[in-house]
Amino acid sequence: MGDRLTSSAPTRRQFLVAVGGCAVAPLLTTQPAGATSDSMATAIREVIGEATVREGKVKLDLPPLIENGNAVPLSVSVENPMTETDHVKSVHIFNEKNPQPNVASFHLGPRAGRARISTRIRLADSQKVIAIAQLSDGSFWSDSVDVIVTLAACLEDSVSP
Amino acid sequence: MTRALINVPKQAKRGDVIEIKVLISHAMETGYRRDSMGKAIPRDIINRFVCTYNGTEVFRADLFPAIAANPFLSFFTVATESGTIALNWTGDDGQTQTQEVNITVA
Repeated sequence: MGDRLTSSAPTRRQFLVAVGGCAVAPLLTTQPAGATSDSMATAIREVIGEATVREGKVKLDLPPLIENGNAVPLSVSVENPMTETDHVKSVHIFNEKNPQPNVASFHLGPRAGRARISTRIRLADSQKVIAIAQLSDGSFWSDSVDVIVTLAACLEDSVSP
Repeated sequence: MTRALINVPKQAKRGDVIEIKVLISHAMETGYRRDSMGKAIPRDIINRFVCTYNGTEVFRADLFPAIAANPFLSFFTVATESGTIALNWTGDDGQTQTQEVNITVA
């Protein structure tokens, strides 16, 4: 088997990358090899469309120095009343350098009372994390945090060769 | 079946904003890891979480592999009436699970 494969494909590694890429590509709209600023921008565009994002209102809380990227406490809050006519519709979290740019999307409504969500996330590298909130009037607001990760999540066992 | 810890106040005053905290026991396998034989471990995460208050959806989350193992979520809702708060989550395998807690609103 080895002879035939190596004669038709340049190297085993390239062959595996090609096969892996084909298998993953249809499942993911993003680059399987790892999220870059580009794929993060694409993921953000998919959520917000052509709208412009303004800075403010949103407060993204992450520790600036992270010892363990496998469980990073994240909390995001939006300074906005939560009434029928004026409330936060959704909050989306994106990252720059994980294999996938999406982290989570939260959907709220006037019944939420307060737009504040906490969770724990994985971070594969020192990078920028962005939170984008959509209000009921259709406007988008964002906040970003730069974090330094000393022990990265899934570093030793990433799929890319 | 996954185990989950759920923290919701048993009693609240009408109109109070209450915090709901959930910790679900789940590996949240990313699909990017390999086992000792070099085989990719298939992705298996909880990708959807919904909280309903007496049948009305008050919070929904779409989760991705970047959520840490044993996912923790904390969010808020307004205590409007006595009844049931149901938390429902769905995994990649299509399995869905619901846990309910009762709340008394004075």
